[in-house]
Amino acid sequence: MSDPEQDRNAVISRVLEERKDRPGALLPILHGIQDALGYVPREAIAQIAHALNLSRAEIHGVVSFYHYFRTSPPGRHTVYLCRAESCQSMGANQLVEHAKAKLGVDFHETTHDGAFTLEPIYCLGNCACSPAMMIDEEVYGRVTPERFEEVVRQVKEAA
Amino acid sequence: MSIRAYVPRDSSALSLGAESVASAIAVEAARRKADVAIVRNGSRGLYWLEPMVEVETAQGRIAYGPVTMNDVAALFDADFLHGGRHPLFLGPTEKIPYLQKQERLTFARVGITDPLSLADYAAHGGWKGLREALGMDGAVAVKQVTDSGLRGRGGAAFPAGIKWKTVLDTPSYQKYVVCNADEGDSGTFSDRMIMEGDPFVLIEGMAIAGIAVGATRGYIYVRSEYPHSCRVLDEAIALARAGGFLGDNILGSDKAFELEVRKGAGAYICGEETSLLESLEGKRGMVRYKPPLPAIAGLFGKPTVINNVITLASVPIIFANGAAHYRDFGMGRSRGTLPIQLAGNLKYCGLVEKAFGVTLRELLYDYGGGSASGRPIRAVQVGGPLGAYLPEQQFDTPLDYEAFMAIGAMVGHGGIVAFDDTVDMAGMARYAMEFCAIESCGKCTPCRIGSTRGVEVIDHIVAGREREKNLALLEDLCDTMLNGSLCALGGMTPFPVQSALKYFPNDFKAAPKRKVA
Repeated sequence: MSDPEQDRNAVISRVLEERKDRPGALLPILHGIQDALGYVPREAIAQIAHALNLSRAEIHGVVSFYHYFRTSPPGRHTVYLCRAESCQSMGANQLVEHAKAKLGVDFHETTHDGAFTLEPIYCLGNCACSPAMMIDEEVYGRVTPERFEEVVRQVKEAA
Repeated sequence: MSIRAYVPRDSSALSLGAESVASAIAVEAARRKADVAIVRNGSRGLYWLEPMVEVETAQGRIAYGPVTMNDVAALFDADFLHGGRHPLFLGPTEKIPYLQKQERLTFARVGITDPLSLADYAAHGGWKGLREALGMDGAVAVKQVTDSGLRGRGGAAFPAGIKWKTVLDTPSYQKYVVCNADEGDSGTFSDRMIMEGDPFVLIEGMAIAGIAVGATRGYIYVRSEYPHSCRVLDEAIALARAGGFLGDNILGSDKAFELEVRKGAGAYICGEETSLLESLEGKRGMVRYKPPLPAIAGLFGKPTVINNVITLASVPIIFANGAAHYRDFGMGRSRGTLPIQLAGNLKYCGLVEKAFGVTLRELLYDYGGGSASGRPIRAVQVGGPLGAYLPEQQFDTPLDYEAFMAIGAMVGHGGIVAFDDTVDMAGMARYAMEFCAIESCGKCTPCRIGSTRGVEVIDHIVAGREREKNLALLEDLCDTMLNGSLCALGGMTPFPVQSALKYFPNDFKAAPKRKVA
């Protein structure tokens, strides 16, 4: 049995080693950690601060500024629903309500079974096929409530 | 010889099932022993027809769409590989009126070529502009851009040549070229289409900018909402480097330019150029005070050309065909073409590249075909979340930076979002304030606090609490945000709010109408 904390630290050290000397390294580092772990664990903040010779407050300030970075583990899949104007013109608000009811969560929450985290997103550049959503890195267009349910079911079954 | 079939790998086409169509064609071709080479092209921008499959025939490219994986067997039965008839048959792609009536300069190759084929790019006029630029003195190259009349396509419409000249004239041992690919405005997707559909044109434009101003390093700052664009750009940069179009010795000229993709992290404000530079430096995306201009002290304090994707992607054709060719398109002080994006509640959403001067009405009805819902179009928002909402009586305004400014609106990045008559404009005004509150960087008070107060005041008005007093308060608040904010986020959020109030006052009267089912 491997120790999850040790594994996390190994990932953080590897990312830091690879990226810390790049100009403006912090965002690439945070992406590297989140890509590997799904989130930026609290213990990473001190390690990054040490590697970049910055204060922990500065690292925390950057992590908390960007909507994309998260400090707690997400569900197995993240559902991003677009709330922007173009999607609203095609019924995004109703889709948001439907999704919240179906998944039984509000935005930024994870379903009880740990399958899905629901997040709002402000434009996926899929405005010609509104309303749009993204699950992990897969974009979906013209998402009716029925299509939402179908896609969510497929994603869950595929896992 | 194998038959070439094109299935787009554009994000929007993928969002409608293009991947399953491509694999169904591959499986069916193998089953029938048909010799098919599947090319994953960019999108032509006719999104109601996506996934649109094209085949190369003796009569040119023939289109079929919208194709689902379940149509594939029937398409083979109809001999679509030789342009056979089928209910999804659209005829020669180039003859589709939506496409035929356009003036595609920046988008000349998008949807036509394989985005990751250097051979395709070169065969369609690629690298011609770069070769021209390599033979030019920096000042001559910058003058090309100035003479073309090209203005920043990201929204601010600042003359690109002037920006470039400032960087050229500022001495420094290190200069940068930064591409703003943080396309966060709702209703816009032209940057994404270029990055996914013709990435080499952006790389070429950035290399030309670097050579012109003496910058040797470039960054493309892509939003995290565009994972696919990041992947395509990374691949394209590696290919361009291997081909000698990037690196220490571009095409044997001894000139150097290196390029890297950097991923944003879901902050709308990072589309503002100084905030983007902060983010690239690894900081919170807080807006900087200007001056100094980024052209003088930009990335890491060094002179920096920072332009939008479309601006930089328009540079190669200016160098390939000459500044005059580009300048001959357009009207007034808006020269060249604009890739317009039709979005929202329209029947035919897509990409329409036209010379400046086309009217909103032509775009909404001749191209867009009216609303998707079949109901009357009540309002359109041009230029993203900071753009004004325009009613029917403004639809004859030509797309031109100055004409839009004259009616208190902006062309912005050329995104047009249509709403039908079920829209609740007080709700949209509230959303504008709410969006500003979510996305404000927090540096200046009018934006940080004003946006939250704006949401509250609109709630009071709609609920009928001290209506007149709150209406006056909202006007006052908008005035403060307009005049007192540090950047366009706080400074322009009042545009959608005030235009909604001005043109749709009844929506603010009673409790908001619920949407018609």
